[in-house]
Amino acid sequence: MGAAHGHLFHFHAHSPLHRAPAHLKLLALLAFTLTVVATPRGLWWAYAGYALVLASVIALSRVPARYLAPRMLVETPFVVFALLMPVLGHGPFVEIAGLTLSEPGIEAGAALITKGTLGVLASLTFAATTTSTQIIDALARLRVPSLLVEIMSFMLRYLEVVLTEYGRMLIAMRSRGCEPRNPRHWPALARSLGALFIRCYERGERVHVAMLSRGYTGAQSGRMPS
Amino acid sequence: MHVPDGFLDAPTSIATGAVAAVAVGVALQRARRELDDRTAPLAGLVAAFVFAAQMVNFPVGAGTSGHLMGGALAAVLVGPWTAVLCVSVVLAVQALVMADGGLTALGTNIVLIGVVTAGVGWAVFVVLRRVLPQRLSMIPISAAVAALLSVPAAAAVFTGLFAIGGQAPVDLADVLTAMLGWHVLIGIGEAAVTGLVVSAVVSTRPDLVYGARRLVAARTAALREEVAA
Repeated sequence: MGAAHGHLFHFHAHSPLHRAPAHLKLLALLAFTLTVVATPRGLWWAYAGYALVLASVIALSRVPARYLAPRMLVETPFVVFALLMPVLGHGPFVEIAGLTLSEPGIEAGAALITKGTLGVLASLTFAATTTSTQIIDALARLRVPSLLVEIMSFMLRYLEVVLTEYGRMLIAMRSRGCEPRNPRHWPALARSLGALFIRCYERGERVHVAMLSRGYTGAQSGRMPS
Repeated sequence: MHVPDGFLDAPTSIATGAVAAVAVGVALQRARRELDDRTAPLAGLVAAFVFAAQMVNFPVGAGTSGHLMGGALAAVLVGPWTAVLCVSVVLAVQALVMADGGLTALGTNIVLIGVVTAGVGWAVFVVLRRVLPQRLSMIPISAAVAALLSVPAAAAVFTGLFAIGGQAPVDLADVLTAMLGWHVLIGIGEAAVTGLVVSAVVSTRPDLVYGARRLVAARTAALREEVAA
């Protein structure tokens, strides 16, 4: 099964970071983002330090910047929100280039963008250097309830199957002159989604029956075989 | 649109993380009752479906688009507890694999997008199912109203969290107005898609729709005399 190999955001390389145990990477990611979030705004030297640490980790991981950059677009809505801060925030106001801007708004916006960007970059680096299998193993090692880990492993294993099936449905719709983004064609889109749900559910039932026929009793390790 | 790192302060993030952990723990117990030993494969596949469904975008004006949250949809299709599990797993995968939503904000996102939308959606759905006529054709309508209300409810809870741990100097009333206004629009899109999807499933496989199970079980076979030519 191809999905066990990597995932959409995985970058294949051989670096110390790729080889590092995934559960330690996950704990490090959690500690890093928590520290960033807990640092009060205005301590810019601390943020510069975080950025430096993150930059050296990314350099160590050998994931190229042009791989990470387009994937950072995920934070766009919040960058827009942060850019609105100086306009929407309350006083005291300062005059910059003819615009009356809120001073705490500017500071908060800058802090939002800094914290958000550090978090997104750190998460992307984790995702780029860790395969789905390793993530599942890491969660099991960190004592995440086994049923939850199992659900996630099934989801990751079949995600590609479901997404490509959905992609084929969208192509089929477009080739019949339907545009899924257009609300006027939502009834057609919804029928496709309904069919997708039925196929997912039935696939789940078949997987369960296949597991029963291989001796599944309902309790197991929660590991995804690699 | 998921809450990123640094949007809420650390104590609020940790507190919502604890709430999310308890909610997911309870959901793990209850989902076994909804799905028995089929829980893992079925919830996994439904989670993959929710992930795909969240890719449905709709324009909400000003050049931006909202996407389906899917909490109410999942609650009607597979039951509220399984829905909480599925959406939580989707959010965890999005945070870990795609950096969509911060890792420290994962608890916040699970509470907002998983627990609140599925919980409010299911509560509204159950009330409507009791009030409306006991017919299968009413199920999609109840689901649509449930979805419509679940989205602004999540926005209101977000505003509450923002009041406690928000990291932006904006007037709270402004935030509430903007969030509710925006999310009523998103809610209309969510309601339309949810209602249509539930209606599509009800018309082909009503037995799969958790929220319609009682109605399906109560159905009796009937012989019809005349045949339309």
